[in-house]
Amino acid sequence: MHLAPYIVLLYLLAAVLFIVGLHQLSSPKHARSGNLVAALGALIAVGTTIALLHHSTLDLVLLVVAIAIGAPVGAVAARAVKMTAMPQMVASFNGVGGGAAALVAIVEFLRVPANSSPSLVLSISVVFAVVIGAISFAGSVIAYTKLQELMRGTPITYPGQQPVNGAVAAAIVVLGVLVVVGTLSSLGLWLLLLLALVLGVAFVLPIGGADMPVVISLLNAFTGLAVAGDGFVVGNPVLIVGGTLVGASGTFLTKMMSDAMGRSLGNLLFGAFGKIQVSEAAGPGGAKSVRSGSAEDIGTLLAYSQRVIIVPGYGLAVAQAQHVARELADALEKRGVTVDYAIHPVAGRMPGHMNVLLAEANVPYEQLKEMDEINDAFKTADVALVVGANDVVNPAARNSPGSPIYGMPILNADEAHNIVFMKRSMRPGFAGIDNELLYDPKTIMLFGDAKDSLTKLVAAVKAA
Amino acid sequence: MNAQLVNEISIFVLAVFLGFEVISKVPTILHTPLMSGSNAIHGVILVGAMVIMSEATGPLQIVVAFVAVILATVNMVGGYVVTDRMLEMFKSRNPRGGARS
Repeated sequence: MHLAPYIVLLYLLAAVLFIVGLHQLSSPKHARSGNLVAALGALIAVGTTIALLHHSTLDLVLLVVAIAIGAPVGAVAARAVKMTAMPQMVASFNGVGGGAAALVAIVEFLRVPANSSPSLVLSISVVFAVVIGAISFAGSVIAYTKLQELMRGTPITYPGQQPVNGAVAAAIVVLGVLVVVGTLSSLGLWLLLLLALVLGVAFVLPIGGADMPVVISLLNAFTGLAVAGDGFVVGNPVLIVGGTLVGASGTFLTKMMSDAMGRSLGNLLFGAFGKIQVSEAAGPGGAKSVRSGSAEDIGTLLAYSQRVIIVPGYGLAVAQAQHVARELADALEKRGVTVDYAIHPVAGRMPGHMNVLLAEANVPYEQLKEMDEINDAFKTADVALVVGANDVVNPAARNSPGSPIYGMPILNADEAHNIVFMKRSMRPGFAGIDNELLYDPKTIMLFGDAKDSLTKLVAAVKAA
Repeated sequence: MNAQLVNEISIFVLAVFLGFEVISKVPTILHTPLMSGSNAIHGVILVGAMVIMSEATGPLQIVVAFVAVILATVNMVGGYVVTDRMLEMFKSRNPRGGARS
């Protein structure tokens, strides 16, 4: 499509706003305005496009209706979602974006008249956008289902999984080539869409729920690339810039996330294949015993400590206990106890998720300590208070090479003089593995919902 | 290879490098908002969906384009709103914080 110069300049402005926005998102001070700057860029891009197109009345009505359906759905979902369900929300927004990218490419391909053949560039970018967009869509659906716990979060494996997935991927490549060279027309493209959807599902099924944030980040980058592909399909520069920015930065972010978990991306994506889940059958408890204490005992222990480090985990978020955690910290500080929060990079369900949740509860920024900053302090801490976390303090990551989380950097909660574990039950954590720290003689368990337990502790500390 | 394609490829290659460069200094605590924010940026696929909506002919193409516009709008609007909600939490803390406990 030929674009008038003023259109290109407006698109350039939109692209610049995307870049400035992304850049501002990298500092806590300017992040919020960065998001608004990017949103302004999107608005300019959409407005420019309306001016550019020669819509018929029917198109225009349909366009307005479609936007009038989509906008409130997106806005309401984004407003209503709980902060704990954020990862699923991002997954679903990413999924619909990937789906849209695939559909755009399909329509453009269908428009090629039957008696003429599409250009090579068009066919290649259509095939690329359809395959990558559909994988992102289907993969996001599975990621959503796992995180929302509509499906078991544990890796789902079956015999022959790897060869089958390999065969599907190979079929996609062959079919894609056939479509590009023109042997197959639109029928081939629909088949390609179907196979890519199957591959998206099959690709995410064997990945455990704990690794899902990294997968979402990867699929986010995929959608970006599919959008960039569409930019070539419809000949639109703002799609190319926007999509490619996300594709590149998303790939980089994915790598940073898997690094934070101490795993290579390959191991994370394909690790479940052919691996026998030994620890699952073993089961917790048995001969090993745990020590549990009352809220009063633990409250007294906390009240007469010098230094307490709180290790918040996903359980805290689920119980919406971040505000009570803050109350406990305040009550302790009033007695002169030093309180810090040790934030594991992947605490919660996404990197940085826990910071968002604690910021919501107005926890002072200075009390949030990152792992490297706090890990040496555990040795001098009287109590490590583990609230709804499990895998991020599991010494198996250091000591047992056979463990699925071996090599992941962990918080050294086991070095504290006392460890208080607040858990709902002895159920293993999200990674599905037993935690030997629960059986440590220094450990006291406090069973129950994190919010109830914390409320009792606040009362106990105040009474002590 | 025509001039437009050459332009597009140049834009693409430059954007790849820009994408890597622009986020290389992000602190861990902003990873989640960043993922969400970049997720919103690829909502620009709405532009592509609008283009095909105007070009679509016949019921099949129109229906597919219609669905594409809805999905893209959800991505774009939802993406920015949810990111804003996350970042709202990072705003400078007012006296309000102390009054609660």
